[in-house]
Amino acid sequence: MTTQQSGFAATDVLATGSDEPDTVERAEKSPDDLQPYGELGLKDDEYAKIREILGRRPTASELAMYSIMWSEHCSYKSSKVHLKQFSEKAPKNVRMLAGIGENAGVVQISEKLAVTFKVESHNHPSYVEPYQGAATGVGGIVRDILAMGARPVAVMDPLRFGAADHPDTARVLPGVVAGIGGYGNCLGLPNIGGEIVFDPCYQGNPLVNALSIGVLPVERLQKKEATGTGNIVVLLGARTGRDGIGGVSVLASATFDEEAEQRRPSVQVGDPFMEKLLIESCLELYDAGLVSGIQDLGGAGLTCALTETAAAAGTGMRVWLERVPLREPSMSPTEILASESQERMLLIVTPENLDAVLKVAEKWGVWATAIGEVTAAAEDGTPGRLHITWNDHVVVDVPPGSLADDGPVYNRPFREPNDVMLLQADRAETLPRPSTGDELRATLLRMAGSPNLCDKTWVTEQYDRYVLGNTILAQPEDSGVLRIDEESGLGVALSVDGNGRFARLDPYEGAKLALAEAYRNVAVTGAEPVAVTDCLNFGSPEDPTVMWQFAEATKGLADGCLELGTPVTGGNVSFYNQTGAAAIHPTPVVGVLGVFDDVSRRIPMGFPPPAKAGGDLLFLLGQTRTELSGSEWAWVTHRHLGGRPPKVDLAAEQALAKVMAQASRSGLVSAAHDLSDGGLAQVLVESTLRRGIGAKVTFPEDGNSPFVHLFSESAGRVLVAVPRGHDKAFLALVAEHGVPVNPLGVTSEEPVLQVEGQFSIPLDELREVWSSTLRNLFGGTAELVNRHADADAEPAEETEAPAPVRSVTLELSPQVPGGPINPSAEA
Amino acid sequence: MRIGVVTFPGSLDDGDAARAARIAGAEAVRLWHGDPDLHGVDAVVLPGGFSYGDYLRCGAIARFAPVMESIIDAARGGLPVLGICNGFQVLCEAHLLPGALTRNQHLHFRNRDQWLKVEATGTAWTNGFTPGQEILIPVKNGEGCFVADTKTLDALEAEGRVIARYIKGNPNGSQRDIAGITNEAGNVVGIMPHPEHAVEALTGPSLDGLGFFTSVLRSLAKDGQLAGGQQ
Repeated sequence: MTTQQSGFAATDVLATGSDEPDTVERAEKSPDDLQPYGELGLKDDEYAKIREILGRRPTASELAMYSIMWSEHCSYKSSKVHLKQFSEKAPKNVRMLAGIGENAGVVQISEKLAVTFKVESHNHPSYVEPYQGAATGVGGIVRDILAMGARPVAVMDPLRFGAADHPDTARVLPGVVAGIGGYGNCLGLPNIGGEIVFDPCYQGNPLVNALSIGVLPVERLQKKEATGTGNIVVLLGARTGRDGIGGVSVLASATFDEEAEQRRPSVQVGDPFMEKLLIESCLELYDAGLVSGIQDLGGAGLTCALTETAAAAGTGMRVWLERVPLREPSMSPTEILASESQERMLLIVTPENLDAVLKVAEKWGVWATAIGEVTAAAEDGTPGRLHITWNDHVVVDVPPGSLADDGPVYNRPFREPNDVMLLQADRAETLPRPSTGDELRATLLRMAGSPNLCDKTWVTEQYDRYVLGNTILAQPEDSGVLRIDEESGLGVALSVDGNGRFARLDPYEGAKLALAEAYRNVAVTGAEPVAVTDCLNFGSPEDPTVMWQFAEATKGLADGCLELGTPVTGGNVSFYNQTGAAAIHPTPVVGVLGVFDDVSRRIPMGFPPPAKAGGDLLFLLGQTRTELSGSEWAWVTHRHLGGRPPKVDLAAEQALAKVMAQASRSGLVSAAHDLSDGGLAQVLVESTLRRGIGAKVTFPEDGNSPFVHLFSESAGRVLVAVPRGHDKAFLALVAEHGVPVNPLGVTSEEPVLQVEGQFSIPLDELREVWSSTLRNLFGGTAELVNRHADADAEPAEETEAPAPVRSVTLELSPQVPGGPINPSAEA
Repeated sequence: MRIGVVTFPGSLDDGDAARAARIAGAEAVRLWHGDPDLHGVDAVVLPGGFSYGDYLRCGAIARFAPVMESIIDAARGGLPVLGICNGFQVLCEAHLLPGALTRNQHLHFRNRDQWLKVEATGTAWTNGFTPGQEILIPVKNGEGCFVADTKTLDALEAEGRVIARYIKGNPNGSQRDIAGITNEAGNVVGIMPHPEHAVEALTGPSLDGLGFFTSVLRSLAKDGQLAGGQQ
């Protein structure tokens, strides 16, 4: 595998004209050697600053390290000035044990237990090489969680692709889904939710975000500081190879061009089995108290881990690079420092613990190598230096902080795009609408079968949602719900949401709407929302209009989190999601964590078989306005994007959350489903099909047309099913919190979705339309018919060798595909 | 009664199998792949997962683990052994069960709640069910397509050694919809779906999976073959 594209292999040779590495000594002797800093993504002034810091030209290895650590991906140089709002505006929260700046935020959920969670992007690699890109995205976020001292317990994946019927989507989506499944399933982590969104704006730039959550005893929280002079630096896990060299600086920090395809060597290759062993060995090391500091190796590999651990402690480090176990012995020191090979962790251990550490590694069959030691800071307190040799050549001698902390910070120019006014003036509320019952029926069916609203089982069936045995709710439910403590029933709810169209129309409101939706999705299950993680996907920060979108979105998210009292605990920024001049919609993806004192009171989204004759009573909480701009309806039926997104009222969201939490505690509600993309129509489709229970819907006389009732996307709304007998108590609770409520009809054993005076649709017809879309687009997991219908089946057909079945026949099972159905929910 | 659950490197559902054993009323004993000592357990579960990464071939490396040598001997001596998913693959590789599990016909990993029809109820792990009983158990695998030559399949049918078949859909293309089989003696059972994930109302689609674990306790009590009689 060549690495010429990244330039890193070349630098040693370029600088020295020989195979000898470029050393500090040589750098001092040849100050005027030309260096390929431009090729490595460094600007003139950045290169000048490096020379100033070092008082000489950098060695080839040093140059590579600076180019990586000062890249957009690692240094957040364009986003820093905006992200600091998340700290400045952070609401007081006693649960926070670790926040922004750590590998992941840590939130205390009980006296003894804490959870850590974070969402990250792996967008560019997943476009270049969908399977490995997505797989290593999962692996990377899981190591972040592991580095905090937690056992990873679940993953989620918000995904965005180009048009569903575009040929390249047929290349990217199946690869990404197989990669996420292939890695996560083999790691033994349940996949409990996410998003699958299609929009042409993501054609050249699919968004593959990965979220992971882990659990730790409070006292097991790990630090990354390389403290203790004389402590040993141990590299644990896979051997180092040439994969992923320059990943962050070459892939993640530049706009795609026609050469993207040649960048495959910059994509890492994952080995989930090794990661599973790495997880088990790290947890054993933590529990034995053998680790004084730990950092995962992800983007920027050893370079990042060495400099960050030393910089965090103010210490220095002495590293013998030739000790690093290699897959390819011919690797140059620069390549070893730049490699992003997966499944590696950097440990700081005391000399007396070293043998015990190596024994644990041996038990799990994982490589563990002492590659260096921690050195003291100077007498006068100035931090120590990172001193790296390779076969007695001094190839690096730098102050670690200059790479980890003192990277460039840009206050990039931003200005509102010229088209925003025009865009907002072009409102979807003025588009022609269906009015008759037949038109509404046809529209509902067309929407239900559209790529963004259709059944996502084709994707989610490829993920293991059961492993670890604590999954209470999983996709397609509003949130993933996990049991954390089997005795007490203590648990968490998690949802990730984003809406690029809303953010395109108004990035400030769009970010708030994403937050509001994730918050509501957690709340409808009955959990108390407590904390936030975010993945901010944008175009090029060098485009002032993209920078404006970013500034608006971060401000909106920070303001929203302050108002809701849910701090941002960490996250990730992904810039340069742009091919040529075309940037994606600004897409802030927001994850909200909620806490359950007892997960047995969680509320599912599907209507259960009614306990009493006449069915459960349906109520719509929240206010429905005529809000169609940026809606799924406008997009699906008119390919229209314009106007202003729905109004967001966070106080109303909080009141709604209080109602749902109390209703869950008192067991007043048998099902609840949040209204978002597709409006009430989509909620009725999903809540009826979930368990094959019908509904008779009657709209209130509130001036809204049946069309607006069905397809408006007003925020702050939830559909609830209330068993007869609980309705008085429920309505009293709703009134107490001043939440608008309207009766909306009843659920029914009869498998029909009926809208009084408008139309009715048998659930079988609805299910076929809703569930066939992805199957028809991507094939593959077609239902296999039983060939052994009864004991006397034809021997002839049995002897046929199995061949891939592509034919599509109807799902025979009455079981609705999707998450587990809990008998207890029927009680 | 003590049910051992083996952990290979890459085992994933081992904790879940242990939980299921506990819920059924047994004491779960964790067994390590590198330790040939069965610690006097009365039955053994080989759990689901990706032992040794499923590299080479599912279960192909696990069968050579030190613990497997003891289990293979004990199984031939009558020790009840249940192989779930990857465990089923290991049992086939170890030749304790016939046939093989190959890539799903549709070539995708598939996780769904699957209906099964229980057939052979004379085994150590299925005696709590009634013949023809329909149960709902999660299935989740990428290589769960059971194949064998016609002679073997006919023998399995003739000897009543098919313990369960897929109904209302076949999730992986298994021949004759076979979801699980047993050996001649009825003490070794392999099943592709995951009974250990259908033992709690809160987390599973049903409680049907519990039957496999209560069955073995019943048969052990009946046969009075306790405390590692196989060692």
